[in-house]
Amino acid sequence: MEALDGNAIAGQLMEVFGGEMTTVTGRCAGCRRTWQMAELEVHTHAPGTVGRCRDCGVVLMVLVTARGVTCVHLPGLVDLGMPTAP
Amino acid sequence: MLDVPTWEGHLAGQHVDVRLTAEDGYQAQRSYSIASAPQDRSVTLTVDRLDDGEVSPYLVDVLQPGDALELRGPIGRYFVWEESLGGPLALIAGGSGVVPFRSMLRHHAAIGSAVPVRLLYSARSLPEVIFHEELVRLGAREAVDVRVALSRAWPDDWNGHRGRIDREYLREAAWPASSGPLVYVCGPTSFVEAVADALIDLGHDTDRIRTERFGATGSGLPAPSASQGGT
Repeated sequence: MEALDGNAIAGQLMEVFGGEMTTVTGRCAGCRRTWQMAELEVHTHAPGTVGRCRDCGVVLMVLVTARGVTCVHLPGLVDLGMPTAP
Repeated sequence: MLDVPTWEGHLAGQHVDVRLTAEDGYQAQRSYSIASAPQDRSVTLTVDRLDDGEVSPYLVDVLQPGDALELRGPIGRYFVWEESLGGPLALIAGGSGVVPFRSMLRHHAAIGSAVPVRLLYSARSLPEVIFHEELVRLGAREAVDVRVALSRAWPDDWNGHRGRIDREYLREAAWPASSGPLVYVCGPTSFVEAVADALIDLGHDTDRIRTERFGATGSGLPAPSASQGGT
């Protein structure tokens, strides 16, 4: 399955973070590059949703929904900005 | 076309999530770009029917006028064009990736914008070109240039581009990198990656390229049909 980008999970991010996230920036802890969330390499067919750094491949974000609860893990994301109004 | 009483307006290029719930509670959700302009009276989605899809065959074949749909949106501020962002604007579409650009071009026309726009739209064959007549009409405006490229089959008298939107065609048909265009690329992942790589190779500024990818389209069907209903 081909990778998508953060636009594809904009609705899910909005649900989790409570606002618009595609234009919010965060930095990769691996290569230090700053991305807007729309630019991440996103895999939606993994168990859960995985967002990776498009340059170095480090996993920045994992979202897993089970029994109506979404668990958010941001293992490689630093300096994540605040969501803006939807 | 959707009648959404609580709709508070959208920006050209945004999408919505459509969620279907089966009787047993199973849910499936997909994102669809909004094809209408913010100025249009109703919200229009254009759905490319995928033979092996879970959601699109229902939207295209089963949904009837008057049916209700569960929607979330509008969503996404990244793949959006507003006049304040300026131009010149290059919109590069593969297949149903043209849908958000229809919204942008209709918006551009509705506000009478003078920002120069060029749409390069790749389809496999003429019957697969979505919104063809409307795009030709929109392309007749002075600031707008619409070019359709047919990658697999074309009529004998086709005078548009024949073949893929590759580096050479981008060099010839997209704005030169030196003019600093704002570039939007939308389509299947492989199309978007190839076009974005070629643009960077041609010297375009990565900060001026915005991309939106969707999964591979399995269907060779002549595409679209508007869904109907409301929430």
